[in-house]
Parts: sequence; C-alpha cells; structure tokens
Amino acid sequence: MELQWVLIDTLQALAAGLLVGGTYGLMCVGLGIIFGVMRVVNFAHGDFMMLGMYAAYYLVTGFGVLAFLGPYAGPIVGAALAGPIVFAIGWLLHRFLIAKVTGARVVAAEAEGHYAQIILTLGIALVLANGGLILFGSLPISVQTPLSRQSWELGEILFNQARTVAFALAILCTVLLYLFLARTTLGKALRAAADNPIAASYVGVDVDRCHRFAFGLGVGITAVAGGLIASTQSFQPYIGFDFVIVMYAGVVLGGLGSILGAFWGGLIIGVVQQMSTLVLPYQLQNTAIFVVFLLIVFFRPSGIFGRVAERA
Amino acid sequence: MLAGIGRHYAGIALFAAAYLLVGFLVSNSYYQLIMTLVLLWATMGLAWNMLSGYSGLISFGHAAFFGLGGYTMTLLFVKFGISPWLGIPLGVLVGVVAGIVIGIVTFRLRGHYFALSMLAYPLAMLYVFEWLGYQEVTLPMMRDAPALYAQFSDPRAYMVIALALVVACMLVSLHVERSRFGMSLNAIKQNEPAAEAAGINALALKMRAMVLSAGMAAAAGGLYAAVQLVITPQSMFGMLISAQALVVSLFGGVGVFWGPVIGSAILVPLAEALHAELGHILPGIQGVVYGVAIIVIILCAPEGIYWRIRDRMVARGMEKPAPPAPRVATEAALPLRPRGSPDKPLLVLDGVRRAFGGLKAVDEVSLSVVEGAIHGVIGPNGAGKTTLFNLINGFLKPDAGDISFAGSKLAGLKPHAACRLGVGRTFQVVRAFPRLTVLDNVVVGAYVGASSDAEAERNACAALELVGMADEQAGAVVHGLTIKQLRLMELARALASRPRLLLLDETLAGLGHDELADVLDIIRRVNGTGVTVVIIEHTMHAMVKLADRFSVLDHGRLIAEGPPADVVKNPAVIEAYLGKKWMDRARDPLA
Repeated sequence: MELQWVLIDTLQALAAGLLVGGTYGLMCVGLGIIFGVMRVVNFAHGDFMMLGMYAAYYLVTGFGVLAFLGPYAGPIVGAALAGPIVFAIGWLLHRFLIAKVTGARVVAAEAEGHYAQIILTLGIALVLANGGLILFGSLPISVQTPLSRQSWELGEILFNQARTVAFALAILCTVLLYLFLARTTLGKALRAAADNPIAASYVGVDVDRCHRFAFGLGVGITAVAGGLIASTQSFQPYIGFDFVIVMYAGVVLGGLGSILGAFWGGLIIGVVQQMSTLVLPYQLQNTAIFVVFLLIVFFRPSGIFGRVAERA
Repeated sequence: MLAGIGRHYAGIALFAAAYLLVGFLVSNSYYQLIMTLVLLWATMGLAWNMLSGYSGLISFGHAAFFGLGGYTMTLLFVKFGISPWLGIPLGVLVGVVAGIVIGIVTFRLRGHYFALSMLAYPLAMLYVFEWLGYQEVTLPMMRDAPALYAQFSDPRAYMVIALALVVACMLVSLHVERSRFGMSLNAIKQNEPAAEAAGINALALKMRAMVLSAGMAAAAGGLYAAVQLVITPQSMFGMLISAQALVVSLFGGVGVFWGPVIGSAILVPLAEALHAELGHILPGIQGVVYGVAIIVIILCAPEGIYWRIRDRMVARGMEKPAPPAPRVATEAALPLRPRGSPDKPLLVLDGVRRAFGGLKAVDEVSLSVVEGAIHGVIGPNGAGKTTLFNLINGFLKPDAGDISFAGSKLAGLKPHAACRLGVGRTFQVVRAFPRLTVLDNVVVGAYVGASSDAEAERNACAALELVGMADEQAGAVVHGLTIKQLRLMELARALASRPRLLLLDETLAGLGHDELADVLDIIRRVNGTGVTVVIIEHTMHAMVKLADRFSVLDHGRLIAEGPPADVVKNPAVIEAYLGKKWMDRARDPLA
C-alpha cells in the first residue's frame, strides 16, 4: 500500500514535469534560436517572457479584449497574440540597441566581443523588470481560466487541464517552428546564418536582417510560452530572473547552438523541477534546477545534443 | 613597478579628507545615509572590479558574497548576541570560504558559462534563506551599550566606518594593480592560453582575486546590514545587488580602482534621489536608472567614465600618458638555467597518442630531442604538429604514452608548470597581450623565472636584446606591430622565462625573404646561448638550412626521422609532403 502511494506520487510528479517541461521546452527553443543564430547570450530573455505573460494577461483578463472568445479559447488566443507583440518589441530593441554590439563581427570574435552584449542585455533586463514593476505593479497575478482548476484523470494520475492545453500548444508551436526552419527559404537562411555567418553573407544572405528576425522570433516564441504559463501559475515583473536560469539550464543541457536540443533540454528541466518536489521542500525546486544547471556546465558543457563546446 | 604610487596615495587621502569634510558639514540625516550608501556600493564595486575588472571573468553573482556577509553578521547578532564588530569579520570569513568553493567549481568555466553560473549562486541562496525562514530579520536595538554593537544615533559614525572600509579596499586594489599579481591578471584577461604558456598559474591567481573580491563584498554586505538594521533575502541576494556592483564599476571605469568610486558617487545619489521623489508612484525606478546607465555606458563609452576623461586629458596634453619608466640598462645577458651535458636527450616522447573523437591527431609518436639541438618538425597541414606541441607544453593531455623532459615526467603537467620546468613556446597565430607594451608582454613572460620584479624586467630587456628588438620598440603598444615584430616579441616572451627548451610553432610563416633571413639568424643566436629549439615549419628550404634533425609527421604518425639530408631523400616523405617538384630539385637540396 505504502509503495503504491510512492509510485503514484512519482508518476504524478513525472506527469506534471512533462506538462511543465513542454512549455519550458518551447521557451528554451526561443532562447536557443537567438544563441544559435546570433551567438548572443540574452540575459533579458526571461523578461521578454514576462512581457509575454503580461501581454496575455491584459488581453484576456486585464482589459478583457478577448473576453468574447470565452474562458477556454480566450487564454489560448491571448498566448498566441503575445508572440507578435513581443516579436515587435524584440525587433525594435535589436534594431536600435542590440545590433550595435552584435552581428557577424561578434560571432567570429573571441571573448572580448561577447562582453559588451552580455552587459547590454543585462541592462535591458533591469529596465524591463523594473519598468514592469512601474507599469504592472508588484502584485502576483495570473490569467483567469476555469481550466486551471480542473483536471483530467488517467487512473490515479491527474492532468491539470490548463497545463495539458499549454503542453499541447507548446508541442504544436515547436513542430511548426521546426517545419519553418526546415522547409522555408527564410528558415534556411536563418540556419545558414547560424552555421557560418561569413559564408552566408557571401551567398547573399542578409545576416543583419536574419539576426533581427531571429531575435524577434526568439523572444516572440518565448513570449508565447510565457503566455501559456500565465494561465497555470501566478507571476510578477521579477519572474524573468528565475526563468532565465531555468531556460539556460535547458538550452545548455540540450547543447548551446542546437535548436531542437533546446526543446528536449527544457523538457528535462521541467521534469527535474517537478520531480525534485518529491524529495525537497517546494520552495527549493528552483534551487534544484540551479544545482542541475551547475552539474551540466561542470560535467558536460557541450550538452546532450550540442556541438559547441565553449569551455576549452 | 611601484613608481608613481605616491601620487595615488595622495589622491586617496585627499578623497577621504574631502569626503569627511562634506560628510560632517551635511546635517540632514537622509543625505548622510546616502553618503554612507555611496561608500558601501563603491566597496561592492571594488569587490566586483577585483575579480571581473582585473581578470575579465564577468560575475553576475556578487550578491552571493554580499548576502552571506550580511546574513552571517545578522544571524550571529540575533541568535548569539555577537557584536557586528566581530560578526562582520566572521561574515568576511564565510564570504571568503564561499568564494573559494565557488571558485573551485566555477573557474573551470569561461565566458558565457562563467557569467551564467555566477548568476545561479545568489538566486539559489535566496531561495534557501527564504526556505530557512529568514524572510525578514531585524537587528535588536542595544540601548545599554550601543557603540559596542555598532549602533550609533549619529549616522555619520556609519559613514566614517564605511569610509575606512572603502579606503582599505582602494589601497588593496591599488597595490594589486601595481603588482606582478595584477599584471598577470591583466595578461590572463587579454589572452589566457598565452599567459598559461608564459608560466602564469591562471587558476591560482584567479582564486586569489576571488578571495579578495569575496572578502570585500562580504564586508560591504555585513556593514550594509548593520546600517539598514533589517534584511531580507531579496535585499541581500537579489539580482539588483549583483547588478549594482557591476554597474557602478562599468560606469565609473573597469580595471582601475577609481572606477567603482566614481560610478557609485554618480549613480547611487541619482537612484536614491529618484527613489525618494518618485518611489511611491514608480516603485522600480532605481533598477531602471541602473539599467539605463549600463545601456548608455556600454553603447557610448564601453570602458567607463574614468578612461573616457583620461583619454580626453591625454588628448589635450593636460596629463601625459604614463611615461615609459626608465629602464634598467642591460649589460647582463639573459641568465641561463643549469644545463645537462650536450647531446644527451632533453625531450623524449614515447608512444604518445591523442585522438579527438575518431580523429587520431597524434598516433604513436616517439622521438627524442638532444640538448642544444635545433629540431625541425615538418609535415603537411593537419599532420598533428601543433597538437604535438600542445601535448608537450600541457595544453592537452596525451591519451597514452610518456613525455619526459630532462629526466622528469612532463605529460599531464599544466602549461604553467611545464613553463616553470623550462619549456617555453610560441604560437602559430601570435598570442600577444594586445593592450600591453612590448616590454610588458615580455615582462609577463619573465615572472616565472625571476624572484623579483626588477629581475623580471632585467630578464625581459635581455630577451628583447637577444631577439634584436631595439629599445624604441620596447615601449610600443603591441597594436601596430608587423608580423615579424610580433613573432620576435613572442619569441622574446618565451625566452624571458629562461627556458631550456623552446617550442616554436611556425615562427617563420608569413615572413618576407629578408625578414626570414633575419629571424633565422636570431633563432641560431638563441640556440647558440644553449637553448634547445624544436620548430614547426612549412618552408622546407629554410628548415634545411636551420635544423640539425627532422621529424616528419603525416596524419598523426611519425613517418621519418633523421638528419635533413637523409629525410628529404626519403621516398615516404616525398610522397606525403614534398611532392614531385621537390624530387626534381632534390638533387641539390642544400643550394
């Protein structure tokens, strides 16, 4: 009897981990695109996710623009719309700030070139998080949907409906993104720019445009993931700093530079986070992720699927 | 190296006196608090600068040390009634221990990984302290003996303590900047592999910087908690703490002790004033100020205000750039290390193997180099020549096989240890320290073989003399040197460590015809002083004239070895490397 409960708890945590991990995977894909294409470590990535959360919140709950869609479809459309909104913000920030310290020059440069962009994105992160505090207030909120209080049952295992929907949509987005990168001309240009920016520019790829698009796309995708999470948990403007480690853990685990690897990395991080609650107090679940993150960079910095080993 | 330091002492004394004067004239206790905070954040900035400014490893996690210092002091006070006078030093101890542990784990990482990992530590600690139930800890008021518990009704007392702390940190930073330690950190910042190969133990020096840095940050945290009286995990370990340390340093000027002080003196009052005026309607205004400050500085003056002003002053001639210090005249030749008898093997490789994945870069290579020889290693591109050097000087460990040098085991030693034993090297692509002068580049190489700074400088001058880099070149910044000058400078840097064995990686590549003749002469001259030379080269004609013996590599395997005249006639060598054209000319190879 005792053993059975342990088993059910474990399966329950695993199920929750997979569901959460799906959205983490999507987030990581967004970050992975930016690193893969631009070799830029974007410290503000978590804050773009935060913007996605608030975009979804204001569309669905705050201003209620999407109220006519009902309590089920509204949050989904809200999350989807967070993508283009944050894409535009990212595009503009890249155009006017980030492009000044990144680009083909930096991709080829050694450590010194990266220094400026790490600091710059930290500055952007500070402005977004604290600007968010001014604009949105510090009160934790979430996107209201009846799904978050309902569950589907599979045997003894409960699947929170909001999380399950978010998971399914995250998978859908990842597949669409994969097809976009694999099949379309723009997607191929992005991959070429990621592979070798100098060579890509020789064959006519506009690398700067690719970078701008990649940055917008990367933060936009993560914003969608943020919009999906917004209906499963409460958030405040400082949430980005927690998630930036979660995301980097996933991306590094998947291998810096591997876009699909980032999804699997994020999925695993989600599982680790939820499974850790079996043995650790609830408050320490993010601490568990930090420990896993350190273990990964320590023992396997090239990740599971990665090619880029920066350490040596 | 300590020349001109007196001027800085005077500057620091003047700063402290002026600050005290202003502090005692200001009567408003709120302004007095801000003046204390300026000093505390300057200390935090100096802590950040000690590690990240001097060594180039960007830390986003200095809140970890700040928070540990603050919580150690506070919890000792609250739980055991230990006075902050003792609690703050104990907090520094805890911070230093944390710095060592974090250093051991994190110094294996570079670049992005280092910065990201440092971000994780304070965030992890924040959750741990929340979980432990220290959401908000208040220092009890000690009305009986307030001074004994560092509690003062006059806020200026805190200012004086903070001023003492910041002056101490400035003095430590000044001495680091002017010492061999600081110079070595600077070399690590500019090119770590080159610094390692020049005999600098990068890990040990980074650890020393980390210990100093963590200690300063913990002291700032402890004093901050004593001033604020209430601490929370967010106010001690929060992202804003780490960011503020970094921002004041970058804003004021990186890699110079005035930088964090200037940055803090400008940004802290600005952020505090805005917070006081607008904090109730714009709660995150401080963070926005720091964020905007860092964005503006990185786009407009990436080195910070101090350097910008200094460049201006130099341009207007108000301040001369540090004049090249009078150099010690070099009558003495480079002192030599004790040597074994000539013609005995100095370097012996036995069955050395190294693979990268499926690629056998070096495959079962055995060779020996006799003392005093010039030994050429030749082979086509990708033959494994540079990998062989990396195995010898310790950048790589062999998968199998032994390497011994002067009878002791070399395989598995780190580059700086190999250098200490007497193995110097140069690189295929010159690895200079681009922002140092030629002389300082060479001085960095001389540290390993010199017990004092003066001796290091003497050896550096002698090494430059040996490669024929005249005095007027010694003061030049590396930036505008020609290929030949760069290669000779790198050669001098390797020589300055007084090596017994010199590994030269394509030193002749990219040289014009006349330059080639010069450099060949210099290598012969170096060899004439008794230094054994192993040289990788492509240009066969030059090598035939230079080397006593050849080893030929192809696809990682040693395919021939012997005197040049024999090797160039070896059919396997001709097949793999020289080609038919050589055959036609080989009738007269030494022409």
